[in-house]
Amino acid sequence: MAENADTATLEGTPVEGVRRRDFINIAAVSAAGVGGLAVVYPLISQMSASADVLAQSSTEVDISAIAPGQAIKTVFRKQPVFIRNLTPVEIAEANKVDVSSLRDPQTLAERTKEGHENWLITMGVCTHLGCVPQGAAEGEVKGEYGGYFCPCHGSHYDTAARIRKGPAPTNLVVPDYAFTSDTVVKIG
Amino acid sequence: MSYPWANEYKPSHPAMVWLDERLPLPRLVYGAVGGGYEVPRNLNYFWNFGFLAGLCLMIQIVTGVVLAMHYAPNTLVAFDSTEHIMRDVNWGWLMRYAHANGASAFFVVVYIHIFRGFYFGSYKAPREMIWLLGVVIFLLMMATAFMGYVLPWGQMSFWGAQVITGLFGAIPLVGEPIQHWLLGGFAPDNAALNRFFSLHFLLPFVILGVVILHIWALHIPGSSNPTGVEVKSESDTVPFHPYYTAKDGWTVGLFMVIYSTVVFFAPNMLGHPDNYIPANPMSTPALIVPEWYFWPFYAILRAFTFDFFFIPAKLMGVLAMFAAILIWFLLPWLDRSPVRSASYRPLYRKFFYALVVAMVVLFWCGGAHAEEPYIMLSQLATLYYFAHFLIIVPIVSSIERPDPLPYSITESVLGPQPAKA
Repeated sequence: MAENADTATLEGTPVEGVRRRDFINIAAVSAAGVGGLAVVYPLISQMSASADVLAQSSTEVDISAIAPGQAIKTVFRKQPVFIRNLTPVEIAEANKVDVSSLRDPQTLAERTKEGHENWLITMGVCTHLGCVPQGAAEGEVKGEYGGYFCPCHGSHYDTAARIRKGPAPTNLVVPDYAFTSDTVVKIG
Repeated sequence: MSYPWANEYKPSHPAMVWLDERLPLPRLVYGAVGGGYEVPRNLNYFWNFGFLAGLCLMIQIVTGVVLAMHYAPNTLVAFDSTEHIMRDVNWGWLMRYAHANGASAFFVVVYIHIFRGFYFGSYKAPREMIWLLGVVIFLLMMATAFMGYVLPWGQMSFWGAQVITGLFGAIPLVGEPIQHWLLGGFAPDNAALNRFFSLHFLLPFVILGVVILHIWALHIPGSSNPTGVEVKSESDTVPFHPYYTAKDGWTVGLFMVIYSTVVFFAPNMLGHPDNYIPANPMSTPALIVPEWYFWPFYAILRAFTFDFFFIPAKLMGVLAMFAAILIWFLLPWLDRSPVRSASYRPLYRKFFYALVVAMVVLFWCGGAHAEEPYIMLSQLATLYYFAHFLIIVPIVSSIERPDPLPYSITESVLGPQPAKA
């Protein structure tokens, strides 16, 4: 304290050890810091999805031509979507599984819309590392559980597109969608 | 820093004297890679790979800048512009093949350089900083190589980008936002391709900067040597120029023979035919594998097929893959043995060779389909890999009885020296 007293008296400030310069220092560094952060924000934010990419986030599909047992691949946000018309056998198969035994427990009803239980609509993106599973197109391998099979690292999905075997951690994602009529689905 | 007996830079031409007083750049070069840098006289051929790595970086920068003059980073034309380089641009095929195989050559050289470090204990005090900077360079190389492979926008480019950015999606809670932020969208598309091109152009110059720090840090203690015994006197060293410039020049010749043979006679040997199919976001190739130089780490990623306590398999694989490289940062403190060179460490030497075997197994499994026996083999090799660094190296360094070291570098070369009169 004693050695500070001189400088403090010289600058006419209280002898608390805090000088005007300390205040100016903190104020200047804080202003520069806030300014720096303000510049960093747009530099980071510019990498997020741009407006035109986000604008592609809904798509309408006519499903009238898909017969039971068939499936189509369509595009939503530049990623494949599987739309599958389940047969009664496939629905029964999905419903007879003990849900608590699943890695990602969900019933078929939870993964479809009421009144449209035969329409299984999921992203065609394996939840492991993002490959497109096989099983939607005619003649493709459907895996051990009759749903989808991802060839990259061997994940098997069942007829409700639930993960049954392999490294994928969760079921194929069900996107937000709604039936705008009995034959048209709006995804996103 | 330099040894007291190192040659001093003495410009004779008046213009060089004038320059030396104003900007002593020639003096810096003379002291760094010229007659002013004293180097142990007993270096073996494993010490040539640092120079070769520098050569590879130069090849990549020169061919890369040239390719960027003809390539267009847009998903609509990227594939076509790559084919335009291959078919229409004068010597474009040579530039692209030299660049693509240059990346492989760079990794061959750097893997040998790294394992030289493992064997001869190059990471030990006082050279920890050189080692740490080297690991940083390796990480930057991996990022650069990955982004470069995406640019031609073939099937492997696209699905490689999908899988690798998908790794970040494994992070709990923030994974998916991070993945979308990295890609600038929900799947690899134009935004991702553009930024990968921008960063692929930038990172080699960042690597160059870190290489300069790596060499700067090397020149503080000076080069290590195969005995691991520090330099004691003038008879232990020779000037870098002409001794090691000549020796490095000879291995540059050998390197160019092998490299040119691949570039001219087997330019697609290390590539994947699928990458000559334009990217198709609706269809995944049957076998997605990264380039060969990522195989060991890819095998570690795929080795985790089961949940580990409360950590899901997918996240565990990603963590293990990154940890496999980050663990190298700890090596100078995991290996407590004061003896550097494995030539005098009989027990460590055996485990070093076991690590080489584990690495070869991981290489082999990483390039194969994810099925038995490759899954089990990569699990065993992964187990050894981590046990080697975390358990074996620390234990061996405390229980091992090293062989007697030579008194000096000179003695290791010329035999016991008569005492000075």
